[in-house]
Amino acid sequence: MKPFTMMRAIAAAMPQANIDTDQVIPARLMRRPRTTPEGYAPYLFHDMRRIAGDVLDPAFPLNAPINNGAAIIAARRNFGCGSSREAAVYALVDSGIRCVIAPSHGDIFSANSVNNGLLPARVDEAQMETLLGLLERGGVEVEVDLQECKIKVGNRQFDFQIDPVWRTKLLKGWDDIDMTRRFAEDITAFTAADAAKRPWARLPGDDELRSSSPQT
Amino acid sequence: MTRSSPPLGLFDKLWNSHVITEREDGASLIWVDRHYVQEGAFHGFNMVRARKEKVARPDLTVAIADHYVPTRGRDKPMTNPEMVRMIDQLEANARDFGIRLYDMHHPWQGIIHVVGPELGMTLPGLVVIEGDSHTSTHGALGAWAFGIGASEVSHVLMTQTLWQKRPKRMRIEVNGALAPGITAKDMALTIIGKLGVGGGVGYCIEYAGSAVRRLSMEGRMTLCNMSIECGARCGMVAPDATTIEYVRGRPFAPQGAAFDRAAEDWLALASDRDAAFERTVSLDGGEIVPTVTWGTSPEDSLPVSGNVPDPAREPDATRSEHIRDALDYMGLRAGQPISEIAIDSIFIGSCTNARIEDLRAAAAIFKGRKSKVPGLVSAGSTLVQRQAEQEGLDRIFTEAGLEWGASGCSMCASTNGDMLQPGQRAASTTNRNFKGRQGLGSRTHLMSPAMVAAAAVAGHLIDVRTFK
Repeated sequence: MKPFTMMRAIAAAMPQANIDTDQVIPARLMRRPRTTPEGYAPYLFHDMRRIAGDVLDPAFPLNAPINNGAAIIAARRNFGCGSSREAAVYALVDSGIRCVIAPSHGDIFSANSVNNGLLPARVDEAQMETLLGLLERGGVEVEVDLQECKIKVGNRQFDFQIDPVWRTKLLKGWDDIDMTRRFAEDITAFTAADAAKRPWARLPGDDELRSSSPQT
Repeated sequence: MTRSSPPLGLFDKLWNSHVITEREDGASLIWVDRHYVQEGAFHGFNMVRARKEKVARPDLTVAIADHYVPTRGRDKPMTNPEMVRMIDQLEANARDFGIRLYDMHHPWQGIIHVVGPELGMTLPGLVVIEGDSHTSTHGALGAWAFGIGASEVSHVLMTQTLWQKRPKRMRIEVNGALAPGITAKDMALTIIGKLGVGGGVGYCIEYAGSAVRRLSMEGRMTLCNMSIECGARCGMVAPDATTIEYVRGRPFAPQGAAFDRAAEDWLALASDRDAAFERTVSLDGGEIVPTVTWGTSPEDSLPVSGNVPDPAREPDATRSEHIRDALDYMGLRAGQPISEIAIDSIFIGSCTNARIEDLRAAAAIFKGRKSKVPGLVSAGSTLVQRQAEQEGLDRIFTEAGLEWGASGCSMCASTNGDMLQPGQRAASTTNRNFKGRQGLGSRTHLMSPAMVAAAAVAGHLIDVRTFK
C-alpha cells in the first residue's frame, strides 16, 4: 500500500451526523464488479446526491463545481456507522477521497479505511464545528499532516487523533499479510497449545456428524 | 503462596485465550475459530486470488448463501444475471478453496447468524468472524463475534488470524422483570435510544442483569445482534445453564464426555465479581415498554404510546436538523401520535427476529385475524421454516393474507431484490431503518415480531398489549 504522510486538497463539508454506509453506497449497487476503470466511484453517495430519479442535487457538497477535485470529506460524528461493507471505502477511494475528518467514525469503517490507505482523522466535537464553519463556503483547501497529526486551513490549525497502530500502518504503507507472515512460528505454537487447551473448539467435518435432524 | 489473579470479565477471558502475539505498538494478532463467508465475500476472495494464496484453514471456514438468495420461486432458475453471478461466485470460491458450502437448496441453508448457532457451529468461547456487521449476534452464546470488511476477510482467509486492538469494555445491566408482551427487541431499541448510534463506538458490550439472564437464547441473539446499531462491534452474554442446554445435542457441538468438559470451560467464562469495565450502564427492565422507531436511524426509538418528536423543541442543533430531515423523509409531522402512523406493508424476517420463537409470537397475533396490508414472512433458516410449517404457522400467515417465503436476508438489506416501492411504509422486524435500506425511498419502522403483527392487523402502529 502507498504510504500516507501529508496531503493538500479541497475538503467538502458534509455537516451531518451518523452518515451510515448505506448512504455512502446503497446495497443494491454492491453486486457490481469493481473491475471497471472507474471502480465504485459512480456509486459514491448515489442516492444521497440525487433529488429524484437521476437528477443530481445542486445543493449536495460533492456536486458543487467549487468542490471539484475534493479529496477530503469533513462530517459530524459517527461517519460510516452501520453495515461493514468495505464497498463504502472503495466508493470513496475510487472517487479520489483520501481522508474523512469527523469527531468519530464507525469502528468497522475506520478499519476498512486504513486497509485502503484512507485516513479517518478524529477532531474533537467543538473544533469540528469551527472547521466545518471554515469549509462552509466551499472550495477550501486543507492540509492534513499525518506525521504531526495536524490539519491546517489558511492560518488556522487543528489537532487530530488516530489510533497509533493505524497511524504507523498508514505512514509506512504496511501490508497486514506480510506483517502476519513474520509471525508464522507464533501461530503454529499457538494452534498446538490451543488444541490441547480447547479441544472443543475444532469444527467437525460433515462426515463426523451424529444427528441429521437438528432442532431449531 | 500463589498470588490471586486480578478479576477478569467475559471479554478479558475471550481475549486472553485468543491472543497469539502482541506487537510493541499495541496491535494483537488474534486467532479466529470460525470464519463464515457469504456472497459479498467476493472482494476478499479476489484478494486471495490476486496474491496466488490459499485459504489457510478451509476446515474452519463455512460458506453460506443468504444475502442474494430468492425468497420467492426458489425452485425456478434465477433471472437477474448480477444476482446469479453473486451466487455463482460464492459457489466457485467454495469449490476452488475447498470450503464447505450450504447453497440455497441445502436443508441447512439460512441466514448464517441463525444457522451458526442452530447447528452448533457457533459455540461459547469461540472467536467468530464474518464480513457482516450483524456477526455480533453470535455473542449471545458467550462468543467474541464481530463483523469485518473485505480486506480483513482476505486476511482471515489467508491466515485464520486478524490484527486487533483491544476494545474498551462496557457492561449493560438490565435488572428486574420485563412486563408481559415486552421482548428482547424492545430492550435493544430502548438501549440504542439511550446510548445513541455512536454510544458504543470502540466498545465491546457485555449484557448482564436478571432481565438478560431470563431471556431465551433467541432473545439474547436479538439483543446481541443489534449491538452494532449503537456502534459496538460486538455484544455478548456470559454462558449459563440456558446456553448449555441450547448447545447440547446440536449437530456440530461436542458430544458425550467431550461436551461435559466443554460445558465446564464455557461456564467458567462468566465475568468474575469485580471485573473491570470502562463504562457501566444500568436499566430497569420493568420500565421497558413496546418500542418502535419513527425516523431514519435506530436511535430514533420511542414508546409506541409516544409522539413523533418536534425539531423546534430539540435544543441540540445537529439533532434538531436530523429530526427535521427524518420527518421529511418519513412523511411524518412533528407531534403526531406514533399509534396513528398507517403502514402499507410488513416484513417479518432477518437475523434479528426470524427464529422460531419470533415466528410463534407473530403467529399468535395473526391466528384467526387478517392483515390489513400485504407482507412477507421469511424464516431465519430453512430449518426454522420447516419447523414453523410442522407447527402450522405458515398457514396462519398465509390465511392472514401474507406471503410465506424461503429463508434469506430478504427485505432486511434488500440485496436479493425483495424491496418496498418508493414512499412505501413498512413495519419491520429488521435492524436498520436507514434511508433506502428496504429499497430506494422506503420508510421503515423497526419493532418486535408481535408488534409488527399487531400493526398488520390494525393497519397502523399499535401497542401489541391491546390484543388479547
